[in-house]
Amino acid sequence: MVTQIATAIGVMVAGVFACALYYWLSDKTLQLVFPVPDDNVRTASRNLNRRAVVRPWLFLGPALLLLVVYLVYPVVATFILSFYDRSGTNFVGLSNYAWAVQDAQFRQSIFNNILWLAVVPAACTFFGLVIAVLTDRIWWGNIAKSLVFMPMAISFVGASVIWKFIYEYRGGTETQIGLLNSIVTWLGGNPQVWISLPLWNNFFLMIILIWIQTGFAMVILSAALRGIPEETIEAAVIDGANGWQIFWKIMVPQIWGTIAVVWTTITILVLKVFDIVLTMTNGQWNTMVLANLMFDWMFRGGGDSGRSAVIALIIMAAVTPIMVWNIRQANRETGGH
Amino acid sequence: MSAVVNLRRIGLPRLFVHASVLLICIIWLIPTLGILVTSIREKDQIVASGWWTAFSSSTQTTQGRLGAPSTAKQEGSNYVITGSVFEPGKSGTVKAFGSRVAAPSEFAAGTNADIRNGEMLQINEDGSYRYTKNAPFTGDQGRRIYLAVASPPSFTTANYNTVLNAEGIGQSFINSLTVAIPATIIPILIAAFAAYALSWMEFPGRALIIAVVVGLIVVPLQMSLIPLLKLYNEVGNLFGVPSKTYAGIWLAHTAFGMPLAIYLLRNYIAGLPKEIIESARVDGASDFEIFMKIVLPLSFPALASFSIFQFLWVWNDLLVAIVFLGTAKDQLVLTGSLNALLGSRGGNWEILTASAFITIIVPLLVFFGLQRYLVRGLLAGSVKGG
Repeated sequence: MVTQIATAIGVMVAGVFACALYYWLSDKTLQLVFPVPDDNVRTASRNLNRRAVVRPWLFLGPALLLLVVYLVYPVVATFILSFYDRSGTNFVGLSNYAWAVQDAQFRQSIFNNILWLAVVPAACTFFGLVIAVLTDRIWWGNIAKSLVFMPMAISFVGASVIWKFIYEYRGGTETQIGLLNSIVTWLGGNPQVWISLPLWNNFFLMIILIWIQTGFAMVILSAALRGIPEETIEAAVIDGANGWQIFWKIMVPQIWGTIAVVWTTITILVLKVFDIVLTMTNGQWNTMVLANLMFDWMFRGGGDSGRSAVIALIIMAAVTPIMVWNIRQANRETGGH
Repeated sequence: MSAVVNLRRIGLPRLFVHASVLLICIIWLIPTLGILVTSIREKDQIVASGWWTAFSSSTQTTQGRLGAPSTAKQEGSNYVITGSVFEPGKSGTVKAFGSRVAAPSEFAAGTNADIRNGEMLQINEDGSYRYTKNAPFTGDQGRRIYLAVASPPSFTTANYNTVLNAEGIGQSFINSLTVAIPATIIPILIAAFAAYALSWMEFPGRALIIAVVVGLIVVPLQMSLIPLLKLYNEVGNLFGVPSKTYAGIWLAHTAFGMPLAIYLLRNYIAGLPKEIIESARVDGASDFEIFMKIVLPLSFPALASFSIFQFLWVWNDLLVAIVFLGTAKDQLVLTGSLNALLGSRGGNWEILTASAFITIIVPLLVFFGLQRYLVRGLLAGSVKGG
């Protein structure tokens, strides 16, 4: 155990050292290859220019290599694999896509993903905004914010255990130790096996993600609310607007941009949601989503890379509009730089 | 801030705001509190009553047996069996007792109850009893009795001992650290150099690279898994090394964190004052020196923000770990262990809650200790994008 940790720390130190060494050595090499002699102004300026041309690529090299091997190449490879059979050796045209269209579980996953997309980003943004507004107005607001923000630090698996305990069902006359069933019993209802109730179980899984992500929305929106110019609100007060009108007509319109960012960030997260479904139901009882179906096909019956790739591409396609929007946004910013 | 001050003047009654925020806090805290409290309760109590009753003494109906007829002593015309209803080493407070399953708490503790057939039974609060009969006891076994026992709130660390040692969570904790430490630190330096080049160096294709990096931030991990799994297996076969190694997952996490790291750090480094960097250039400092001596120290807040993100992401990750690491004990990380326990120990809440708490304690400490940097990083990453 101690050796393992020592190895980890050793690797960390060695890794950092190796990185530093790479950058230092490459810089030194550059100076050796393109010397700047004192007596020859022409060579000196030419070599200085050459250095300036090469150096950015030395700085970027390791990062670009990692990006290409781990992200760019796989995207292309996954696209190609989607036209091949389960082992990835025989070309099968569009048959994987044809399979997906008529597969019941795939359709179920698409339906569930749409459900998640419709509920979770909206709920997180709404609760985040409400909590941001409320906590900004009381002296202990920061403590409250910390508590709501806290689940952000908890892993999806940990959160799943936490909520599975809340949804716990015990049969027969046993005491209900799950909070939800206990409340239901106390109110005179019948305890339920929540995570196997068709359709509803999706919402019980969504609650976990909403619980985790509302804090994120709250922090971002709270900062945006504080950035609203005071004059706009003062003017509204003078004109006799009430709190409700000020919130909806003055404050919300001014933070639309931030709301859009929060919404899209959570949308991307929802498309990739995997851990929660895996640990809560493993896709049983009609809770399957695309990310889990994709993982399932990666290993099911020895793995089917073709079908798995098709499912991954669907997730990618859903993310693409947001990706394009982000790139255009970033280009607009760097254009002025 | 002043917008907030203004809102105070208008808006809803203050009391309502306080009450609703309090309610929100309770709703958000209760789930986590539930597993924390449960993880320190006794195994039997967890299933006997909800965790919210843990702080009051709980009354449970149990059954016990009185001493066997062979232990009876004769007192005058009566036969008497004495003893304690509790097994040796256990204690509690008897609230009531009964002799029939239909009325398990028929008599209050301390009463000398007539339980028919000429038998009298008295069970005291401390569990001691006196069972008398006006004729010899018959049969081999002691009589079955029913008890309402109040046990005081009691807490234990036994669950933690069990999971840390017997359930392998201790080893997984070490494995998680082994994955997370290098996978947090190594990307920073690589990303920082790239971010510097993208902010302060002129070269063709810069705008394109920035656009690609921004695009890659949202590429789903799912797109990478299949080709990388194949690649890892091929590399493993080619060099005769295992395909699931720590080195493999360090590189994977480093690469997956790279787009966001470059983006966050570039935003920050590009915003550093131009004068400082220009004047250093005029003084003849090379880009390498400028980076090491000026940019890196000045970027500390951004570096801290990113390392917190990366650490939380790596520590909490399940998908990358189950794809790129094995399931053997020496490679199973905490999230993987917890997932496995959910399958194998589904109903054993004493094990699940204690394991879950060990899994979340490190991120929670990081969170509460470094919240400032986390918030700053979130704002830099998101608000700027809008």
